[in-house]
Amino acid sequence: MLEIKGVTAGYGDFTALFNADIEVKAGEAVAVIGPNGAGKSTLMRAISGMIPLKGGAVTMEGQDTRSIPPHKIVELGIAHVPENRRLFPRMSVEENLRVGCYAPPFRAKFSERLEFVYELFPRMKERRDQLAGTMSGGEQQMCAIGRALMSDPKILLMDEPSAGLAPVIVQQVFDLIRRIRSDGLTVLIVEQNVQQVLKVVDRAYLLEAGSIRHSGSSEELLGSEDIRKAYIGV
Amino acid sequence: MNRILLMILAAAALVAVPFIGVPPYWLHIMIVILIWSFAYTGWSVMGRFGLVSLGHGAFMGIGAYGTALLWNHAGLTPWIGIPISLLLAAAFALLIGYPCFKYRIIGHYFALVTLALSVIIGQVIVATRDHTGGSLGYTPEPHGGEGFSIYALQFPEKAHFYLIALGAWVIGLIIWRAVDRSMARYALEAISEDEDASAAVGVQVTKEKLKITVLSAVMTAFAGAMYCQYQLFVSPDTVAGVGISLQIVFAVVAGGIYTQFGPTVGAIITIVLAEVLRINIGELEHLLGFRPFGLDNTIYGIMLVLFIIFLPKGVLGTFLEKYLRPAKA
Repeated sequence: MLEIKGVTAGYGDFTALFNADIEVKAGEAVAVIGPNGAGKSTLMRAISGMIPLKGGAVTMEGQDTRSIPPHKIVELGIAHVPENRRLFPRMSVEENLRVGCYAPPFRAKFSERLEFVYELFPRMKERRDQLAGTMSGGEQQMCAIGRALMSDPKILLMDEPSAGLAPVIVQQVFDLIRRIRSDGLTVLIVEQNVQQVLKVVDRAYLLEAGSIRHSGSSEELLGSEDIRKAYIGV
Repeated sequence: MNRILLMILAAAALVAVPFIGVPPYWLHIMIVILIWSFAYTGWSVMGRFGLVSLGHGAFMGIGAYGTALLWNHAGLTPWIGIPISLLLAAAFALLIGYPCFKYRIIGHYFALVTLALSVIIGQVIVATRDHTGGSLGYTPEPHGGEGFSIYALQFPEKAHFYLIALGAWVIGLIIWRAVDRSMARYALEAISEDEDASAAVGVQVTKEKLKITVLSAVMTAFAGAMYCQYQLFVSPDTVAGVGISLQIVFAVVAGGIYTQFGPTVGAIITIVLAEVLRINIGELEHLLGFRPFGLDNTIYGIMLVLFIIFLPKGVLGTFLEKYLRPAKA
């Protein structure tokens, strides 16, 4: 579904991601793991068109996204849950969700999608009129995921969904991801919490210093001595 | 039901004003308040989304001078001159907005870029004094007949212009409300909170900002054109340049940037203040021992600071919040 071929990207003269090859098939959940500064967020931003590619290509269902602006990439079915959630803190939960459905092709489906998100996250329905910035971290993460789901995406990109959350909440967030997966949505997650994320995805890529060092099924990676030592610590 | 009745009564009262023997001076003050309210409302449709422009003095000047110059030099009736001036203001809004929005010039930096536009337009008017009258001001030629002229849009009778200004003011309020209720409002609020996140969920950031900026610039230019046709005299101090830009921002902040009638309240405050100072300037001179030129701007400045610190929602915004409706969650 989503194919990333030889992608090089960065900011100005600085290159954060070198020649990355990643593929996500329909219905799969794939993780990109790696330490801080490995280029994970750069990868996400390159896919969603927030920064230009310096080389390579991203194709979504066969369509090259290189000359497509970010709002049109959303229309292709790629929704991005940004790092640190990036909600609109002084808008209510429902207003945040409404913005997620703003692009003209999605507007007609607003009530239908809203119902879907509220069914998935009943907590959000309870808090619909609350200002998003006043909720707890876990609730904000739900809202951010809900906002991305409002556009009825084919693939959900999640950038560090567990960042900055208490361990108990992290567990809840991964449970959420498991539920979204079981609904058949394709997911690409970038995570530092390697142990947790490998439990919910089918396959993973290891990104280090801007390059893909390793890839394989979750079991393979969990079983790999190097990865256990470097990232899981057992 | 009560609300509709109240609105009809208020409308009837406002329409009746010029026919119940209101003294010309007060009618004049009301017309000026209505025209400036329209300009302030025009500024606030973008200002409320954190797009603080200090360039609206320029847009107002383009509307006023454009209309006057086209009438005097090209013989174009304001019926054509005003639309051309509005298009010109829209072009300037795009010229300054597009690069700013494309390259993420936001907040204070956006305010500074727009401030430059005010300075430039003010300087151009002064520098081309052979055509514009420079800082001494400029007068559209009289239409050369008795009484009013629809062709020249000149109305010596204040009552006529009062009704025009009243109509424009109502239209301004309707536009404000339309923006408030539109889908674009959500996008613009989202943009003002987090541009990247808005783009990531599919909002066309540059396009949304440009649309509201052009709307705002055109409204303000129209206020300038109205001012020109009413006063039949324009000068850089009264309709163009930095001073006007600052006055617009002050008035809207004072009245209430997030409420429909906030800019109108702001116009009442600033215009009454300016009149009180103007009338009493002789006594102030006697009292202080010098003629306090620029006192109104000094007071605006001090009040702006005080308002931002103590009443950031403005007079009307604070009043509505305290007395009319419980605080919105």
